Amino acid sequence: MSKGVWIVAEQRDGALRKVSFEIASAARKLADELGEEVGAVLLGSGVEGLVPELGKYGVDKVYVADDPVFEPYTTDAYAAAVAKVVKENDPSILFLAASVLGRDLSTRLVGKLATGMATDCVEVKIADGRLVAKRPMYAGKTFGEIVVSGSPQMASLRPNVFAAEENAKAGEVVKFDPGVSADDIKARVLEVQKDTSGKVDLTEAEIIVSGGRGMKGPENYNIIEELADVLGATVGASRAAVDAGWRPQSDQVGQTGKIVSPNLYVACGISGAIQHLAGMSSSKFIVAVNKDPDAPIFARADYGIVDDLFKVVPELTKAAKQLLA
Amino acid sequence: MNIVACVKQVPDTEALIKVKADGSGIEEGGIKWVMNPYDEYGVEEALKLKEKLGGDVTVVTLGPARAMETIRTALAMGAEKAIHISDPALDNADAYTTASALAAAIKEIPYDIIFCGQRAIDDDSGQVGSVLAELLGIPQLTIITKLDVEDGKAKAVKPIEGAQLLIESSLPCVVTAQKGLNEPRYASLPGIMKAKKKPVEAKDAAALGLSIEPKAKVDKMTPPPERAPGKIIEGDDPAVKAAEVVRLLREEAKII
Repeated sequence: MSKGVWIVAEQRDGALRKVSFEIASAARKLADELGEEVGAVLLGSGVEGLVPELGKYGVDKVYVADDPVFEPYTTDAYAAAVAKVVKENDPSILFLAASVLGRDLSTRLVGKLATGMATDCVEVKIADGRLVAKRPMYAGKTFGEIVVSGSPQMASLRPNVFAAEENAKAGEVVKFDPGVSADDIKARVLEVQKDTSGKVDLTEAEIIVSGGRGMKGPENYNIIEELADVLGATVGASRAAVDAGWRPQSDQVGQTGKIVSPNLYVACGISGAIQHLAGMSSSKFIVAVNKDPDAPIFARADYGIVDDLFKVVPELTKAAKQLLA
Repeated sequence: MNIVACVKQVPDTEALIKVKADGSGIEEGGIKWVMNPYDEYGVEEALKLKEKLGGDVTVVTLGPARAMETIRTALAMGAEKAIHISDPALDNADAYTTASALAAAIKEIPYDIIFCGQRAIDDDSGQVGSVLAELLGIPQLTIITKLDVEDGKAKAVKPIEGAQLLIESSLPCVVTAQKGLNEPRYASLPGIMKAKKKPVEAKDAAALGLSIEPKAKVDKMTPPPERAPGKIIEGDDPAVKAAEVVRLLREEAKII
């Protein structure tokens, strides 16, 4: 019988990503409830040293394949190796991060393992011994509770939603033969171009300052950027601003952009079209600045200022600077 | 080139989504149905590729009778023909089952490259493209913002958190389209007229030899959690109001 709550740990450039600890913590809670162990799959080159960190966040056993074939990430190598070790050990539950690479890997695994998965979950629990995973659908306009009848029961978990909690376990190393060689890689990574801006991606940002149609033009985003700098935030934009060509597509928050869940979302000159709200409603706190008192964004905002954003935003920057100085 | 574009019909992004009282699904009445926006990028890329390298574009859709309208849209944009998979047994099919049906239909035709949207904006699962690739035993390029196909290879740009990957794949492969890949064309009036005469082949589960074994299901749907009503900061002076919000963020919300 299937047993064990497993995760696939995500590392980049030899460091575990924060979301790996989040999903390990979520797995630990369910494993305790089921009376089972937490296993983690760790792939990479020179990554065995990361094992104790996973132990710290509640992982009992870490299944490691340390091989240059796993650097950089490719779907082909990772999916083959994870599928192999999962089939050999038959865990009942398998979590991955709903990060960009986690989405690529988890979805291929759904095919390889011929099972089902709940994507981008915000809540996981056990009911009658089975995983029940809650996830936004229609970009958060509704939520669905998903039950997976295939095995393992897979779910990808949204970054920034589950708390990473220390809960030290053995973190025992179990090496396995991934059975993968360079010849198995049909889609190869030719180049990794790093973003040198040092900005945190919107999907991982703790604070986001977004500008919409009310910004009136690309030249006015400096006031958004100044506020973001003071708060250590990432800049986002509404679809209207992106479609007008004011901001790059990668900045778009919404149903056809990025779905975000920061601690604080500051919406400036954003009316709150339903497709935008869908992308940011799971933010923990929302501040809205808009001169239209009837803008739908105010129905979602924790704090609202009805006024001209060109007067308010620089004052927010000034006040935040004073506070944080 | 034999190019395939998988297309799904979904509620428009501006649609208000209401959960049925029994939580079994959404109320479909009054919804405006459109082509999934990410699939539109896939269709556009398929057409651009055909215009560059020659060949034809086959649209493959799984969906009820109403999905025919979306198929006609893709044909009006310039695709040559379509396969419409429709079967009550496939209504609300999970990702694995959907991909199995698409794979069964695509296996019967020649294909060099297959486009899907990176996710459909209804269930937001984003699984079908990858599972389809696995079932066909071919590589996948997911969430792609730039694509070049030449010398029998596909080169794609994939943005990830804090970086971009340049990936090269052998053909055939599945490409899942992300916003930014292109600007989809509108169907022209002559295109719309011509689309009416283009062939659409109907298939059901039996014709595809599908045995349907669900792997996941939506057990219950609920409306999003209510947010407590917020506070509008009153006053005339923007500086005073801004300072008050910053104070609240520190002292009440405790997040800065």
